[in-house]
Amino acid sequence: MTLKLNAEDKALLSGDAGEGAALAMRILAAFSEAIGAETLLPISGAHIDGCLYHGAANVDFVERLLEGNARVRVPTTLNVGSLDLIHPEIMRISTEDASPHKRLMVAHEALGCLPSFTCAPYQTLFRPRFGDQVAWGESNAIVFANSVIGARTNRYGDFIDLCCAITGKAPAWGLHLDQNRRGQLLYTLKGFPTSIEPTDALFTAVGLIIGKKSGERIPVIDGLPAPRDEDQLKALGASAAASGAVGLFHIVGVTPEAPSIEAAFQGLPPEETFEITPADVETALRHLSTVADGAPIVAVCLGTPHFSRPEWERLLSCLSEVRPGRNIPIYVNTGRATLEGLEKDGLLAGMDGFGLQPVADTCTYVTSILQDLKGVIMTNSGKWAYYAPGNLGCEVSFGTIADCVQSAALGRVARGAI
Amino acid sequence: MIKAGRFYAEGAAKGTAVVLSEPLSFYGGVDSETGKIIDHAHPELGRCITGSVLVMPGGRGSSSSSSVLAEIIRKGTGPVAIVLGAPDPIMVVASLVAESLYGLRCPIVVCNIAGISDGDEVDIDRAEDGGAEVHVQSVPANALS
Repeated sequence: MTLKLNAEDKALLSGDAGEGAALAMRILAAFSEAIGAETLLPISGAHIDGCLYHGAANVDFVERLLEGNARVRVPTTLNVGSLDLIHPEIMRISTEDASPHKRLMVAHEALGCLPSFTCAPYQTLFRPRFGDQVAWGESNAIVFANSVIGARTNRYGDFIDLCCAITGKAPAWGLHLDQNRRGQLLYTLKGFPTSIEPTDALFTAVGLIIGKKSGERIPVIDGLPAPRDEDQLKALGASAAASGAVGLFHIVGVTPEAPSIEAAFQGLPPEETFEITPADVETALRHLSTVADGAPIVAVCLGTPHFSRPEWERLLSCLSEVRPGRNIPIYVNTGRATLEGLEKDGLLAGMDGFGLQPVADTCTYVTSILQDLKGVIMTNSGKWAYYAPGNLGCEVSFGTIADCVQSAALGRVARGAI
Repeated sequence: MIKAGRFYAEGAAKGTAVVLSEPLSFYGGVDSETGKIIDHAHPELGRCITGSVLVMPGGRGSSSSSSVLAEIIRKGTGPVAIVLGAPDPIMVVASLVAESLYGLRCPIVVCNIAGISDGDEVDIDRAEDGGAEVHVQSVPANALS
């Protein structure tokens, strides 16, 4: 199979739009050839996961594109970087060490990317619509765009997402195409009460379970209750993309491409079927916590993926009610735009003294922010709980937002009503 | 033995084969300072891939692997070429990035990898038809001891 480029693609390749765009097209064409795509298709937006610093090659690449006068050709948001540029004082990294990290973030802005620095671009003004072709990086954003919105993207990553943004093209392949969005595996909830309560824990657990079993195949879930809001679908997707490589899921009766089981499977039978029982949910949740309830905690980390406005409102209402006063820090990762909105509306007023520490532009599991890693950190995020013990070497306990606030007030892992 | 293959990133290279029994994810799988395999779940844990012709069935894992592969090519701790059983877009991107930034080529060839053994001397060149020619020279067992 050989890739066919059209006149516009060939013009970019031959340098008509500058050296930078030519380089981006050269890499995109080689990538497309390697996956077996036959053509490229136009995209209407991109989300770049290129601001986390892995080494000099990352900075050199973006700066080379800049020298070649490259600019992104479609509206492009940026994923988190390694630094909180809004609250530099909370970073535990020297100015010298932070310098290449900052250069990487700034260089992306110079290419015309929007300095959103959020892993939840679907919570910004640049949320795509159903059917939009986009090129997104960041696993939770990809699975959300595909599954919850019904936009179309493959799982893009380092360098290639930026090449798509600069050329305005993506390979016509994989999840961009209708026939490849068909469900492959059926997961049915079994043994639950007739009316299941849509708890945050249920959605997180189901995400972890399907992620582990599905590989890169597309799961369809039947029997889940309607979610309280899309934050629960965000949690399901983020967990599935952390424990596995899920880029698209369907929930029968909930997500846009699954009004029925038949529609989710495009009329074909599932390749395999699985049951999810209450015991499976319990096991998945138990594995998320590395300590028993009652263990003393040193911090709370919320907002992985970045906290939405509704999540903030739930947290702030819990804080006002419980008023934790032990100085146990409550870190909340969020997008700078969400944070600005909260400040503008005065919602953070009166929260001093509860240990609240907003974190923008980055995430507490990828950067040095936490003061104390020698102890238990409580989180409401399946993704954070999945990665933090390995990334940071800390102990972790998973609970709801209310559990986390209550635990911060008591100084130990506690659950249940406030 | 000469194998015909296809270039996904072009170039000529020569080196000793390090044959991996399973695909390797560079991100979290290779130490960029030493070129050693650090993925504890990988059967060839501890092997050094620096300067080798890396042979494996295909790619695996995180998209951040492109950054790590480009970085080890830059530092000189990476392989001199990669021979795969099936194409891997993540490695192709890394190789092109390293070549365009630093002029360092790490050709990527896809061919039938059966019969290439660990320690074989591998010489990769461009065939007349533009395809890849992979020359594989077995080293007699007694020469290894």
